[in-house]
Amino acid sequence: MKSTTRRDFLKMMGMTGAACLACAAPLSASTGPAGESETAIAMLYDATKCVGCKACMAACKRVNMEQNNLSYEYLPTDGDKLWDAPKDLSGDTRTVIKLYKESDTRFSYVKHSCMHCTKPGCVSACPVKAMTKDPVTGVVAYNKNACIGCRYCQVACPYNIPRFQWDKALPQIVKCDFCKDTNLKAKGMPACSETCPAGAIAFGKRTDLLAEAHNRIKENPDRYIPKVYGEKEVGGANHLYLAAFPFQKLGLPELKEESPAAFSEHIQHTIYKGFIAPVALYGTLAAIALRNKKKQEDLGHGEDD
Amino acid sequence: MGSHHDEYQVQPGKILTRPFFILLFFVLVGLALIAYRFFAGVGAVTGLSDGYPWGIWIAYDVATGTAFACGGYALALLIYIMNRWKYHPLIRSAILTSVFGYCLAGFSVMVDLGRYWNAYGFFMPSRWQGNSVMFEVALCVMSYSTVLIIEFLPAVLYTLEHSKWKWVRESSHWLYARLIPDTDALRNGLTNVSKAAGHLQVRLDKVLIFFIVLGITLPSMHQSSLGSMMIIAGEKLSPLWQTGFLPLLFLINCIFIGYSTVMFESILSSFGFKRAYEVHELSGIARIVPWVAGLWMAIRFGDLIWRNQIPTILTFDKNALFFLLEVLLIGGGAFMMLSRKNRLSPRLLFLSGALLMLGGGLYRFNVYLIGFNPGEGWSYFPSVAEFLITVGIIAIEILGYLTLVKIFPVMPNPKKHFAEEGEEMVEETAGQVAPGGVYAGK
Repeated sequence: MKSTTRRDFLKMMGMTGAACLACAAPLSASTGPAGESETAIAMLYDATKCVGCKACMAACKRVNMEQNNLSYEYLPTDGDKLWDAPKDLSGDTRTVIKLYKESDTRFSYVKHSCMHCTKPGCVSACPVKAMTKDPVTGVVAYNKNACIGCRYCQVACPYNIPRFQWDKALPQIVKCDFCKDTNLKAKGMPACSETCPAGAIAFGKRTDLLAEAHNRIKENPDRYIPKVYGEKEVGGANHLYLAAFPFQKLGLPELKEESPAAFSEHIQHTIYKGFIAPVALYGTLAAIALRNKKKQEDLGHGEDD
Repeated sequence: MGSHHDEYQVQPGKILTRPFFILLFFVLVGLALIAYRFFAGVGAVTGLSDGYPWGIWIAYDVATGTAFACGGYALALLIYIMNRWKYHPLIRSAILTSVFGYCLAGFSVMVDLGRYWNAYGFFMPSRWQGNSVMFEVALCVMSYSTVLIIEFLPAVLYTLEHSKWKWVRESSHWLYARLIPDTDALRNGLTNVSKAAGHLQVRLDKVLIFFIVLGITLPSMHQSSLGSMMIIAGEKLSPLWQTGFLPLLFLINCIFIGYSTVMFESILSSFGFKRAYEVHELSGIARIVPWVAGLWMAIRFGDLIWRNQIPTILTFDKNALFFLLEVLLIGGGAFMMLSRKNRLSPRLLFLSGALLMLGGGLYRFNVYLIGFNPGEGWSYFPSVAEFLITVGIIAIEILGYLTLVKIFPVMPNPKKHFAEEGEEMVEETAGQVAPGGVYAGK
C-alpha cells in the first residue's frame, strides 16, 4: 500500500519538476529581442552636443509638476530657495543631467530618464496594469490610479528609472512618459526636446532616429564611440544615446541583449499555460487524497468519535 | 482533520502569563510605528531607497516568513498524499503556525505598499496583469490564507460547540444589572451558537478534504512563483542565485523548511508547555528531510556547475560567503538527520530544524536582498523602526499561537497518541483499570 502511494507522490513530484524544468529551456523565438514597431516614437540624446544647461530639467519639472505631484529640491546652502538642484532622478525629478569628468579638458554630460524599453520590465512586473506600453507609440506610461505602490517595477527596471516618493504619505511612482499627457499632447514633443537650446535631444520616429544616429557615427567617427546605446540593450529601447565615452562611464549599465522580462514571462507562461498544470495538479492530488482518506476510514479511524 | 477531534487537546494554563505581556509590548511598539508610517510615508520608517525598493518586510516577512509557514503544507503532503496518517495529530499546530505566517505576510505587504488604497485592483479583472509574477503570487497567497483559515475552522467550531461559555456568563453576570436584563435569552442564544457550530462542523467535514487538497496545490504554485519573482531582476541579482531554476529551488526549499519548522516548533512548544516530546512522529519526519534537502542541493550545485559559476564562489567575496553559509547551514542540518540515533534525540531534532530553517531562510533572504545589487552608489540596511515593525509582526505570530492553543484544541493529545500504538492492549486493560483508571480519565 505504501509503495503505491509513494509512486503516486513521485509521479506528482515529477510532474511539478517537469513543469519547472521547462523553465530552463532556451527562449523561444516569440519572446526573443523583438524589434520595436514601425510607428514607435523615440528620443535621441547626443551627449556630444549637450552643453549641460539643464534647461530640459527645468522644463520637465514645470510641465509635469502637477500631474506627478513633484516638488523642488533645494540645496541646504540655497537659503533663498532659488534653484531646483536634484542630485539624481527621484520622486520629484523625472529627468536629470549629470556630468562625467575624465580630466579638466575631457568631460561629458549625460541625461538620465526612462528608456521606454521595447520589452519593458516594469510593464511585465506590474500586477495591476499601472505600467503600460502603448502598442502604437511605444511610450511606457504610469497610471497612478491603478498603482498599488508595490515597487516591483523598481526591482524589475535594469536602469533603476522608476522612482518612488518615499517621504510622502500618499506616494506615487515617478518616471518619464515622453510628456504623453502634457507637452506631447499640447505641442507635439516632450518638454525637454522642445526646450533644448543645443539641439542635443532629437525627437521623432524610432526608425528615423536610429538611422540618423548611425549616420552621425559614420560621418564623424572621431567624435563618437561606434555604438548607439538603447538600440539592443535588453531587447532595445525608445531612448537612444550617442556619446564620446563608453556608456558605462556615463553611468549607463552594460546590459545583455536578452530581456529578463521576456525570460520571466516565458517561464511563467510555460508553467501556467492555459492553467492546465495547476488544474491537473489539483485533480491528481485530489484523487490521491480521496483514495487515501477512504483507505484510512476503512481501517476504522474515520468514525471513532 | 475533521472527525479526529480526540487527537487534539486544549493546552491547559493561564493565557495572561509573563511572556504574554513581554510579547504584547513588542506588538504595541510595532503597531505604533506602523501607524506612524501611514502618516509620514514608507521612507520615514525604513532604510529603503530607489535602488533597494524592497527590504526586510519583503525579504523576511513575505519571502522567508511564508516558507517558515509551510509546515501545514509539508505535513498535508505527507499525510494526505503519502498516506502517513500517524502524523495527523501534528497538523493542527502546523496549520495554526501557517495561518499566522501567511496572514501576517499579507499584513506586512499592506504596510509596505505605497498606494495600499488601490489594492482592491487585485479583485478587478480589468486590472489583472497575467504576465506579472507578483499578480500570481498575490492572488495565490490571498486564496491560501483563506484556505488555511477554513482548515483551522474545525478546531474553532469544536470549541464553539462544546464551550460552557463560562467567560461570557461570568462577564454577563458582572454586567447584569445595567446591560443584560435577560439571562434566558442569552442562554438560548449561546445554545443556538453551539448548535449551529455543531451543524456546520458536520457539513464542513464532508468537503474539508477538497480544501485540504487546495491547500497543497496553492503553496506549490506560489512558493515556486516566489522564486520566479526575482528572475525579472536580471543582472541585478548575483549569478550565484539568478537562474531559471529559481521556481523549482524555491518549491523544494519550502518543503524541507516546512518539515524543519514542524520539528523546531514541536520540540520548542513541548519544552515550553512541559509536554512529552513527540519524538516518535518527529523522527519519521526528520528521516525525509535529508532527502528533500539533498535533492535541493543537487539541483543547486548542478545549476551552478552548468552555468560555470563555481569560480564565482571561489572569489570569497561577500556574496560567496553568504552562499557558503547558506549551503553549510542546510547541509549541516540535513546531514545530522541521516543518523537514526540523532533522529531520536529531541535536542538534535531541534538543532537540525533550527539550522535548516536558518539556512533555507537565508537562501531566500540572499535571493531577495543580499545577492541583489542595483549598481554603484546604492546601499541598504534596515532602520531601527523597520526592524522593530518586523519584530512586532513576529511577536503577533508567537502571541497569537500561545493564546489560541489555550483556547482551541490544537496540540496533539498524548493519551490518544500512545493509545493508538497498542490499541488492543489498552482495551484489554481498560476494563481492569477503569473506573477512574488512566485511560478512562476525562
